[in-house]
Amino acid sequence: MKISVEYIAKLARLAVSGEEGEIFGSQLNSILTYMEKLNELDTKDIEPTSHVLSLNNVMRDDVLKKSISGEDALINAPDHTDKFYRVPKIIE
Amino acid sequence: MELYKLNISEARELLDRKELKASDLLDSIYKRIDDIEDKVKAFVTLTKEKAYQMAEVSQRIIDTGKSFPLSGIPMAIKDNMCTKGILTTCSSKILANFIPPYESTVTSRLGDKGYILLGKTNLDEFAMGSSTENSGFFTTKNPWDLERIPGGSSGGSAAAVAAGECIAALGSDTGGSIRQPASLCGVVGLKPTYGRVSRYGLVAFASSLDQIGTITKNVKDSAILMNVISGNDPLDSTSAPLPVPDFTKVLGHEIKGIKIGIPKEYFIEGMDKEVELSVKDAIKKLESLGAVPVEISLPHTEYAVATYYVLATSEASSNLARYDGVKYGFRAEGKDLMDMYMNTRAQGFGVEVKRRIMLGTFTLSSGYYDAYYKKAQQVRTLIKRDFDEAFKTVDVIVTPTSPTAAFKIGEKTEDPLQMYLSDIFTISVNLAGVPGISIPCGFTSNNLPIGLQLIGKHFDEETILKVSYAYEQSTEWHKRRPGI
Repeated sequence: MKISVEYIAKLARLAVSGEEGEIFGSQLNSILTYMEKLNELDTKDIEPTSHVLSLNNVMRDDVLKKSISGEDALINAPDHTDKFYRVPKIIE
Repeated sequence: MELYKLNISEARELLDRKELKASDLLDSIYKRIDDIEDKVKAFVTLTKEKAYQMAEVSQRIIDTGKSFPLSGIPMAIKDNMCTKGILTTCSSKILANFIPPYESTVTSRLGDKGYILLGKTNLDEFAMGSSTENSGFFTTKNPWDLERIPGGSSGGSAAAVAAGECIAALGSDTGGSIRQPASLCGVVGLKPTYGRVSRYGLVAFASSLDQIGTITKNVKDSAILMNVISGNDPLDSTSAPLPVPDFTKVLGHEIKGIKIGIPKEYFIEGMDKEVELSVKDAIKKLESLGAVPVEISLPHTEYAVATYYVLATSEASSNLARYDGVKYGFRAEGKDLMDMYMNTRAQGFGVEVKRRIMLGTFTLSSGYYDAYYKKAQQVRTLIKRDFDEAFKTVDVIVTPTSPTAAFKIGEKTEDPLQMYLSDIFTISVNLAGVPGISIPCGFTSNNLPIGLQLIGKHFDEETILKVSYAYEQSTEWHKRRPGI
């Protein structure tokens, strides 16, 4: 399996330079080769485990509770107006 | 004796007998930090001012004669647990200025019981690593040998406990991140059962594997902290709705007749001879205390590292998608929104985090999901079954915590796969969701600590604590401290 760093980096929203991409490419390929060890096992009828505990929906009554203020929600924003996060223009 | 050397129960006794003031204990610890922190570099942030305020509140409660279990006890918290109003960085440049507007459940529970927050400790960025060398800020040093790594990812917490820069600490463990640094620093590290401790406010790495636990000077302190942090939390739907026992009650009970499983797959080629000998001696010691060793097999052990790195990186790629430079954290410039995302993440994340995000993005990508992600989930089932099977005949499983003692800084940074393989003995425990503890069981000829891992059944921390305590009380290893 040969991983396309360029394609994956784009999916992952990571800008990767050419040189960096080459190093990642060879490292990721050797890790993936190691992971192919899993193919030694026949798992045809084995259920996948996504979680070790038996999970149930946790329900609660729909009661109003205090949440953090709009001001607090914005304190860590790199850029914001008085009420909103501000991002680079999306629509031309 | 210097006050910073106290453990939780010793400090509790002195504080409650009014022979010690919370502020004096704090003075001693900050003095210790002033003296050695330049060398150890365990902390990302110190919260001295807040600590003295907390000490004052605790002292007033102690003075009423009705102290809480942690009143006046100074602790360090791994910097991936949110502390309201206090910098929480995950040792990542992308969160270097992040101040949480809310408190994690664990620190809120510690607060309710009177603890004092000394500061936040260094980790491998987003808890991805085994040495703290992946920290976005600096590498923590092993207090036993400053040229060596303290283990990771909770290396800052483990080093701080070992060096006497705190009385106890919290860490988090996704593939060994509490147990391995505890082993390498000669302290006690407990990863509870998945679901035993709320993850609310723990910055997510791999949500089906992450678990918060304790790093302490001895087994009893671990039990004391577990009493405080365990239990169902309405804010974490994966926290188990089970009653929490008093974990200190079983300490001191005899372990006669306890069956300890020795998995043959854990005594492998390439394992350090001194580690192997120490662990085998520890098993003999347990036998002399009445435990019955039973050879067992965990046949899928050799697939654990591959399974783990597929699942953990997949979950990480999804969890870390939130760092986009919009709501919090670092933002880089870009000519449009996409460009801003790409640059923010490229500049904000370190190399190992990027590597794992890409690996996880790949294994979840269209056309590869079944071959990697689903396959790994199926093997996870097989690994879990191995443990279920073993626990039909034994009460505890005993293994080395790490195949070697602490390695040199820089020794494994070039080859990510070699670094991953250093987690070989701890990873299966997270995949199966069972509890595991590392306790000191010896030293190499270079005077580096060696750890013994005890693994228990789901929600049976009591048995591993009981056996660990019995071992600890019949040995002197836990009393040794680094000469720093």
